[in-house]
Amino acid sequence: MPESTRSVVLKVNGLPVTVASGTTVAAAILMTGSSIRTSVTGEPRGPLCGMGICFECRARIDGIEHQRTCQILCSQGMEVHTS
Amino acid sequence: MSEHFDILVVGAGPAGIAAAVSASDSGKRVGLVDDNPAPGGQIWRSGASPGAEADQWLTKLNASSAIRLQGWRVIDHPERGRLRAERSQECREFSYGQLILATGARERFLPFPGWTLPNVMGAGALDAMVRGGLPIAGKRVVVAGTGPLLLAVAAHLSRRGAKVVAICEQARPGRFVPFAAHLLSEPRKLLQGVSYLTATRGTQFYTGCWPIAATGGEKLESVTLERSGTKWDVRCDYLACGFHLVPNLELAGLIGCRIDDGFVSTDELQRTSVEDVFCAGEPTGIGGVDVALLEGRIAGFAASGRITEAVKLAQRLKRRVGFVRALRDLTALDPKLKKLAAGETIVCRCEDVSYGAMRKHAGWRAAKLQTRCGMGPCQGRICGTAAEFLFDWRSDHDDSHVRPPVFPAMVSSLRTTHINTEHDDSLIVPGTSTSISKETP
Repeated sequence: MPESTRSVVLKVNGLPVTVASGTTVAAAILMTGSSIRTSVTGEPRGPLCGMGICFECRARIDGIEHQRTCQILCSQGMEVHTS
Repeated sequence: MSEHFDILVVGAGPAGIAAAVSASDSGKRVGLVDDNPAPGGQIWRSGASPGAEADQWLTKLNASSAIRLQGWRVIDHPERGRLRAERSQECREFSYGQLILATGARERFLPFPGWTLPNVMGAGALDAMVRGGLPIAGKRVVVAGTGPLLLAVAAHLSRRGAKVVAICEQARPGRFVPFAAHLLSEPRKLLQGVSYLTATRGTQFYTGCWPIAATGGEKLESVTLERSGTKWDVRCDYLACGFHLVPNLELAGLIGCRIDDGFVSTDELQRTSVEDVFCAGEPTGIGGVDVALLEGRIAGFAASGRITEAVKLAQRLKRRVGFVRALRDLTALDPKLKKLAAGETIVCRCEDVSYGAMRKHAGWRAAKLQTRCGMGPCQGRICGTAAEFLFDWRSDHDDSHVRPPVFPAMVSSLRTTHINTEHDDSLIVPGTSTSISKETP
């Protein structure tokens, strides 16, 4: 379990998601059942490497594009948009 | 406006932590740069108790005078003695007297039909997701690929309540004999192995076995496995598949460190071919956490002038050479794995370039120019590594062709006289004339 049981509420594609503090944004997106990215030929994609190398988990966080969601922790009120 | 460190360490996994702790004992100003939210690297990832040894080192790190530069990703080495790094929308420079590279390794991925489906990911990657909060209890997981990581991941996921339905190791049983023989001389590793086997009791462990296809609609639903010509389908929620590890050499390559046979070349005190640049851990050879800790300590002592201590530890390192070799032999890939990808199987996931499109070309450079493979944001870290095995091509990662930035960076970060406040959210990928704007083309 993430270090703390404190919970954090963020929005993924406009829908509120409650996660334990210490949860990565990538894990939060997967919990919603959504894929994270659409590839250049239109395929749904999810995380591959889990360590900030492959860029398959990139999404927009609080208005900033191309954030590697596997290396960013969820914070209260965060707004995440997948493509 | 760069911040100066006598000794700067890049990467806060076991090697980097050991290097920073050992170097800071000398009273030098030590910095530890790492791109993750917390130190520990991949193996001592936070989100679960990583064990007593990790706790010990993390406690030592906290007690040390080393300055933690967490969340900073190094993107460039604009000149000798200076690194440039980004964090979120910020860019900074760190100057150094001596540099210790502890950039770790990543999993090797091999393409097969369906490997691009969501919920097919690396073995370490699924483990990282779970440590990062992904619920896994009750989920059906197939763990596949090669190397000791598979069993470690399967054990951890089982303890978290996952139903690990199969562990598929590509190596044939004969390859385990020398590896197991080596483990007998390392009781701690042996005990660890036994604990993994206990945790995965009841799970089918296949050798000489691998996934040949993953199927599903919007995400993974089923995996087809093959062993000695027999094929069968397994329904699952996740496929955790990684073919051992490859070192992260980009920064070492950019700095100009000599790379031999796919690894950074060092002397017995972890000195690279570039003056004042040391390297420790997986980039010098995949040897696991014990070797990484030793090399990190040696580099930390050597960089801070405590040569006697460094030399003493270097003697101990020699005894580990056998394990590194046994691991390499165990994880040598079966040539049949070259045939997993079909013509239409995507190899380059950034640019969606197929195996068939890449195969037509004579080498990596030609394929890049003609198909754009390796020119997306991962900069060929995934497909270049696969292409080295699939086509016997040399990609850019093990030679002097590394160009800055070593990760996609903000345009503002690339200016020679950079400003750290300006916002520009387009990413520049080196080796291309295009930038990735809001939407990937």
